[in-house]
Amino acid sequence: MNPVLVSTALPLGDDALVLAQRLGEWAGHAPVLEEDVALANIALDLLGQARVLLSLVGDEDELAFGREERAFRNVQLVEQPNGDFAHTIARQLYFSTYQELLYTELAQGDSELAPLAAKAVKEVAYHHDHARQWTLRLGDGTAESHERMQRGLDALWRFTGELFQPVEGLGTDLGALREPWLERVSAVVRQATLTMPEGPDVTSWSAGAGRQGIHTESFGRMLAEMQHLHRAHPGATW
Amino acid sequence: MVTGGGTVTDGAPGGAPADEIAAGTPDGVLEAELLRLAGSVPDPELPVLSLAELGVLRGLQLVGPGRVEVQLTPTYTGCPAIDTMVTDITQVLREHGMAEVSVRTVLSPAWSTDAISAEGRRKLAEHGIAPPRPVGSGGPVPLELSVRCPHCGSVDTTVLSRFSSTACKSLRRCESCREPFDHFKEL
Repeated sequence: MNPVLVSTALPLGDDALVLAQRLGEWAGHAPVLEEDVALANIALDLLGQARVLLSLVGDEDELAFGREERAFRNVQLVEQPNGDFAHTIARQLYFSTYQELLYTELAQGDSELAPLAAKAVKEVAYHHDHARQWTLRLGDGTAESHERMQRGLDALWRFTGELFQPVEGLGTDLGALREPWLERVSAVVRQATLTMPEGPDVTSWSAGAGRQGIHTESFGRMLAEMQHLHRAHPGATW
Repeated sequence: MVTGGGTVTDGAPGGAPADEIAAGTPDGVLEAELLRLAGSVPDPELPVLSLAELGVLRGLQLVGPGRVEVQLTPTYTGCPAIDTMVTDITQVLREHGMAEVSVRTVLSPAWSTDAISAEGRRKLAEHGIAPPRPVGSGGPVPLELSVRCPHCGSVDTTVLSRFSSTACKSLRRCESCREPFDHFKEL
């Protein structure tokens, strides 16, 4: 196993895999049919990224379905439960803005992640556009949608600091992405007549911890659902 | 992984690119014929288009007697149709006497809707799917630009949803004839 890919492709692959699983939970539950389809399509894009990234590290199925919670390296933001639709959109806005910046950087480099990043960044641009349009619509919508959108942004704010923690071997200064990320997110938030959250963007117990394998309470339950079929029937195919 | 040879993330090693196969040698003639056959396989999700028209075939090489290697690129990273494409290509080439067919997925350079041929675009429109606009080098075209209704030709169309029946399409409605239609998104 290539140690550089373990330290780089694994965390990014886990980000994509875990968020794909969370978004997939919306299938059949989204507020309108079009969103059911949209969120499932975004999940599918992310799952495609995850498959390529995890395959760089080892067997994709073993990695996705055979690892314990502490072996996952995704940021805590992506494992947060869906909440209401606005909460999911807030998570999408924070993460897709980050992923677009990160993949743009990686696509310009010459690492083994560059071809995937160059391909995926074009897809992520649509994810970001989707999140932006919904943030505007909900924020600048009714009093109820405005309040819920603000609540989603506020609730997830403390998980955003971790996005910019260094990932060893990546060759990209993630800390330097924080400024452009803040600029882009706050431009959307302001246009949506919302307020940028205040307060720390990390909590004392969660700072940078997802990348070290420390996850929040709901992650274990998500993994149980994601992995139970494979664990109950190892090697089964259809 | 889905393919015979697994996914590689760099370009095809050696061999002839899809559009430059030399037809002068016997092997070249056979390669060109095999490429034509592989290219004639219909896209599983848009059967109106062939894989050649979709621009996803990256190359094909004879690597020995009855042994052929094909490079295929996905439209979207998570495109579920790629498994079916691999199966269909393998079947077509086996029927043409190739005992061993290996289809590899290549990511770089990334596929773009600019790779869809003019004939492919015409077929899409004829099939009721608004073809993608040219992308050039500047990334996705801003969605605000108008898309022409494939039914009545009006440019007065609006987005209903950014993601439609597949990730590669958005759902739009024509404000002139009121028909909904799919639009192949620029990538």
